[in-house]
Amino acid sequence: MNAEQARSLLRTMWRIRAFEERVGRLKRSDEVHGLIHLSTGGEGVAAAVCGQLRDGDVVYSGHRAHGHVIAKGAPLPETMAELMGRAGGLCRGMGGSMHLVDVAHGMLGATGVVGGTVPAALGSALAARMRRESTEGEDTVSVVFFGDGAVQAGTFAESVNIAALWRLPVVLVCENNGFAEFTPRSAHTPVERVSDLVAPWGITAATVDGNDAVAVWEEFARLLAGVRAGDGPALLEALTHRLRGHYEGDPDRYRDAIATEEWQQRDPVLRLERTGIAHGWFDTDEAKAVREAAHAEVEDAVTWARESPWPTPELAASLVYGS
Amino acid sequence: MTGVTTRELTYAAATNEAVHLEMARDEDVVLFGQSVAGSPDDPFVRAFGPDRVRVTPISETAEIGMAAGAALAGKRPVVDCTMAEFLLVAMDQVVNEANRFHYMSGGRVTAPLVLKAGYGFTAGWAGQHTGSIYGMFMGVPGLKVALPSTPADAKGLMASAIRDDNPVLFLHHYLLLLEQGPVPDGEHLVPFGTADVKRSGSDVTVVATGWTVHRALAAAERLAADGIDVEVIDPRTIAPLDTATILTSVGKTGRLVLVDQATRHSSVATVIAGEVAEHGFSALRAPIVQVTALDASIAYAKPMEDYVLPDEDKIVAAVRRVTVRGAA
Repeated sequence: MNAEQARSLLRTMWRIRAFEERVGRLKRSDEVHGLIHLSTGGEGVAAAVCGQLRDGDVVYSGHRAHGHVIAKGAPLPETMAELMGRAGGLCRGMGGSMHLVDVAHGMLGATGVVGGTVPAALGSALAARMRRESTEGEDTVSVVFFGDGAVQAGTFAESVNIAALWRLPVVLVCENNGFAEFTPRSAHTPVERVSDLVAPWGITAATVDGNDAVAVWEEFARLLAGVRAGDGPALLEALTHRLRGHYEGDPDRYRDAIATEEWQQRDPVLRLERTGIAHGWFDTDEAKAVREAAHAEVEDAVTWARESPWPTPELAASLVYGS
Repeated sequence: MTGVTTRELTYAAATNEAVHLEMARDEDVVLFGQSVAGSPDDPFVRAFGPDRVRVTPISETAEIGMAAGAALAGKRPVVDCTMAEFLLVAMDQVVNEANRFHYMSGGRVTAPLVLKAGYGFTAGWAGQHTGSIYGMFMGVPGLKVALPSTPADAKGLMASAIRDDNPVLFLHHYLLLLEQGPVPDGEHLVPFGTADVKRSGSDVTVVATGWTVHRALAAAERLAADGIDVEVIDPRTIAPLDTATILTSVGKTGRLVLVDQATRHSSVATVIAGEVAEHGFSALRAPIVQVTALDASIAYAKPMEDYVLPDEDKIVAAVRRVTVRGAA
């Protein structure tokens, strides 16, 4: 990692953090009115993975997608407007928090059904590889983010099998926060490490501390290089902590709150700040400026979104079918 | 079909011809399925190569989900799902993912894919391989559903399905696969949402789909001998559903019999009955009669199959019921 990459990583992570915290407040005041799952605490994974992808690389996500969409390059005003259900939103207010799409930056879909987009990433990877065979030098990949809960869904095993069988250029990124919705992982499976599951298929896999954005960056870089080179699929398991409940409003009684001091040690954003300053990638003032700029950008996004009109009812009929 | 040359083809061959022509026309059309590419001699593999014709494991969810992802990335996959009941294994991908992508993205993406599957067999295939289960798909937003009844329609609807920018469920009827009929050569497109009047008549409107179209036509011939002139309408696609053609016909005949191989409470018949009751009530001179399967599974024993399913005699009886003097 070099200084430029580190600054970019920090900027993305602060933009996600500021966005998520603002969305949480807007949810409580009902300006964001729908079902919301915040990714606070997972910024390092989204930023380190998407920060190494190109616009042409396809990304899919699940219900906790805000960070992935922002990290992939979606503009904050349109993203915020979508969460507010406005016509200026990424999806014209028709999709909302769980169904964010930003075609221009390769974010092709997110689903509210756990595991639902894992096979879609295979299909886009197949399409990319078929293009590669007809276009010199084409080496785009697909990436799908999913939680550890999705690993117990049948679609995961089915998709791993086909990805390996066809050696598809896809990276499966599991954000393992230890909880499948409201249930600790240990109550759903005796398997501790998701990365242990794919060995029989010959898939390259690694587990990394998801709170360490630099480690995620470096591990993903290694896996991505192999996938781009045509070595077949890879799986990255990032161990993370979900700071907020499963959804905004979740009483979160099924787990103990993390102690403030412990969180300050683990918080991926603060941790990158400490690491970056120690490495001389940026100094304290630069980190502060990045943080403040991110918060200001989010406030501008809220202002923009508030001024965006509501979608009009004729869309309900006109959008059911494509052309 | 003036000016169009035709050949006699089976319904199955006509369907395959459409897939073949579309694959030749557009290199983005790809074919997936658990039983495709069975051998190197497979005509699709020979013509288009193993990259575009891919055998998939028995993993319906991944297979259909993968088709959705390929569609979002510019391909036009045709997935041979073999049997309609196998779609049920992958219900999230069939009714809750690709079909909603266009809408939920505010129109930013399209997912052009075709799910092809057979339905409606009646040869002792028992409870899980015989269903006419399209009723559970026809009301799903964003998913189109085609039910061809003739070889020509099978070809034309498949070609339109592949060119459509939406997920399409193309359901072929097992009992029609080997039926022959004239099929236009070359490009042949049947538009979606356009019913076909298979037989003109003035006394009673009969709407039927798939295999029951032919039962209705046979019943109409018997009734013609008694001076009852039956109009037979085949919607051809049930989503979108051409209610206008049906309402126009009912406006003329004043009598409506709906024939459907599906269980009554998950049938096209019931949906049409509701539309006509609301929008065509003043034209009706007799109650709408539905000739559907019973709300029961298809049993194994032959007499039980016959008991549960609609047939020619049941259609004739229903038409007589709505045309008896005093029914007006």
